Amino acid sequence: MPIAIQLPALSPTMSEGRITKWLKKEGDKVNSGDGLAECETDKSNLEIEATDGGTLLKIVVPAGSTSPVGGVIGWIGKPGEAIPEVPVPAPAAAPAVAAPVAVAAPKPVAPVAAALVPSKPKPAVVAAAPVASGERLRVSPLARKMAETQGIDLGSVPGSGPNGRIVKRDIEQAMVAPAAKGPAVFRATPGVRAAPEMLPVTTMRKVIAQRLTEVKPGVPHFYLTIDVEMDQALKIREEARAQDLKVSVNDIIVKATAMAVRKFPRINQVFAGDHIEQLRTVDVGVAVAIEDGLITPLIKDADQKGLAEIAAEIRELAERAKRKALKPEEYTGGSITVSNLGMFGIDTFIAVINPPQAAILAVGRVEPKVVVRNDQMVIRQMMSITLSGDHRVIDGAVGAQYLQELRTLLEHPLRLVF
Amino acid sequence: MAEIAYREALNQALAEEMARDPRVFLMGEEVARYDGAYKVSKGLLEKFGSARVVDSPISELGFGGLGVGAAIAGLRPVIEMMTWNFAILAMDQIVNSAAKIRHMSGGQLRCPIVFRGPNGAGGRLSSQHSQALEANYAHFPGLKVIAPGTPADAKGLLKSAIRDENPVIFMEGELLYGVKGEVPDGEYLIPIGKADVKREGTDVTIVTWSRMVTAVVLPAAEQLAQQGISVEVLDLRTLKPMDEAAIAASVKKTNRVVVVEEGWGYAGFGGHVADFINRECFDDLDAPVGRVHGLDVNMAYAENLERLIQPSIPRVVEAVTQVLYR
Repeated sequence: MPIAIQLPALSPTMSEGRITKWLKKEGDKVNSGDGLAECETDKSNLEIEATDGGTLLKIVVPAGSTSPVGGVIGWIGKPGEAIPEVPVPAPAAAPAVAAPVAVAAPKPVAPVAAALVPSKPKPAVVAAAPVASGERLRVSPLARKMAETQGIDLGSVPGSGPNGRIVKRDIEQAMVAPAAKGPAVFRATPGVRAAPEMLPVTTMRKVIAQRLTEVKPGVPHFYLTIDVEMDQALKIREEARAQDLKVSVNDIIVKATAMAVRKFPRINQVFAGDHIEQLRTVDVGVAVAIEDGLITPLIKDADQKGLAEIAAEIRELAERAKRKALKPEEYTGGSITVSNLGMFGIDTFIAVINPPQAAILAVGRVEPKVVVRNDQMVIRQMMSITLSGDHRVIDGAVGAQYLQELRTLLEHPLRLVF
Repeated sequence: MAEIAYREALNQALAEEMARDPRVFLMGEEVARYDGAYKVSKGLLEKFGSARVVDSPISELGFGGLGVGAAIAGLRPVIEMMTWNFAILAMDQIVNSAAKIRHMSGGQLRCPIVFRGPNGAGGRLSSQHSQALEANYAHFPGLKVIAPGTPADAKGLLKSAIRDENPVIFMEGELLYGVKGEVPDGEYLIPIGKADVKREGTDVTIVTWSRMVTAVVLPAAEQLAQQGISVEVLDLRTLKPMDEAAIAASVKKTNRVVVVEEGWGYAGFGGHVADFINRECFDDLDAPVGRVHGLDVNMAYAENLERLIQPSIPRVVEAVTQVLYR
């Protein structure tokens, strides 16, 4: 049976599009992934890709005409197949002027996990708009089951399969997406700390964990490094000093680390074999070098504490750590660890994850460096942070987004107040 | 464990079973003095004598029926069909006698017989001699159908087939006879009805059997691996009874399936596999089951056309790409 080519939503705000040019003629053979036509949307000109292979049987919306999102613009099938008699939405008479929507920068396509699932980043482009209520929703049986288990509303998931069918990868994307949209914030009620939530280990996660553990037994680490401009963070330190508060660069980093974790709860997970623990408290470990080793006392609920409080707590814990007077619950568990070797003149290094946590940050020294800003060489206080992530739970994309957020917080430290 | 050819593995199985059980005998065209058209019975006449390695006249219905009668009477015949194309002449004995006698005698009679011979295309043998006919036999209740793709599977399954109490259709491959592989020495039995994972994978399952395993599917899986697609290759080995548990387990893991068979797609055995998956694994599917099979035409004589008619590596790669929505 021929398959309708529906005009995909090529941007979140797109409601219709004008076909500027067909890249295939009627009768041409089309492979899945081939560019079919060029389309002008409210934002830009984009290519519409074929989600199915076959022969382009008919062009319904000719070049120069406009179609609403979801409208049938053509048909793909086997040569000679009859095209079903379906009411085809009439193309809008005149190309409507796009509403004056603020033009946002093109959304970066989420980077794909390291080498594991080398899927093309095209789903975002070909995805059909979520189906309006009343229309039949096309969902693969597996995707339907996954959505049910995960409590995902299928109506809100764009489908990237043939005819806009929602398939496994769309559900997987929807499962990751909440982190980007709005973080689930678990604020501790005074005296009460939320218990971890048990999450199932998805098939993909299981395979990722299995494979990576084969290559890197134990905790399979991966590493991401980012450079951060610390001029503003240093100013915060000066402000604190003016008020007779002792706040170090590291205290600011601990606070920012915690707030970024709150935004990306995926970092705050523990791989527990048959399930994943989603922690709902943000406790940041601080590596403290002591006489014959090191220990990582935790700043509990660091996302909810002020800089002065964090600073005082770190000093107190570090002092007791040196006397070996820490209680086990003060250094067991936790969300993430900050290890800072800046005071030893180290620029950049790689840290080993502190289990059961899924990530550790290796922080180098703050050094004036020549950098390029607006095509000019300028001197900035630069610092590098390297994240080591447990690849069984965190993928490259999530780790990278987390570091971006951390950098933003450190470069705009006023945001730490909110 | 020695590396031997598919035909030698079959020869070992025959020799071992004939030595083990004096009721086992081999009959067929040219199986004795000529050592078999494909040399599967090489040396057996010398070893077991002309009473147990019998040259038949060119009359498939005749010696097929003789075998059925011998089986009912208490012997354990192995009937070699020079190719399954010729066994079409013996269909009445296979289908109406061998497959039904246990049922129609109310269990008083049984028919432990093996019909064996090459199935599928050979290479420029044209329409009448290039057919993969397994779907025909899998259709009938009362028959077991085996189609091994490797020397080890050929040996282990032929031995099990000879010991089975029911008629077994044992389909070899003309282009498989020279294929070599590791085969365990001596007593080596593979249970009938057990599939085998020939390659582990996570993204898509290819269900296949017989010559397609090594000639098309495994090389295609290798090629797909280079594109980052992890293919699980499930070799059914026995078509009837089919290892449904193995199929379901693999589908649960990969969520996508392509069935590859040499025979025609129309009412082909792959359709039965797809039907099973559709009914029993529906919730594990992320895409409709894909199929690759011989084209719906009589086999061409010309080599280039012959290649186009048969399943090929590019066609398997394309089908996999489709079920992955790439």
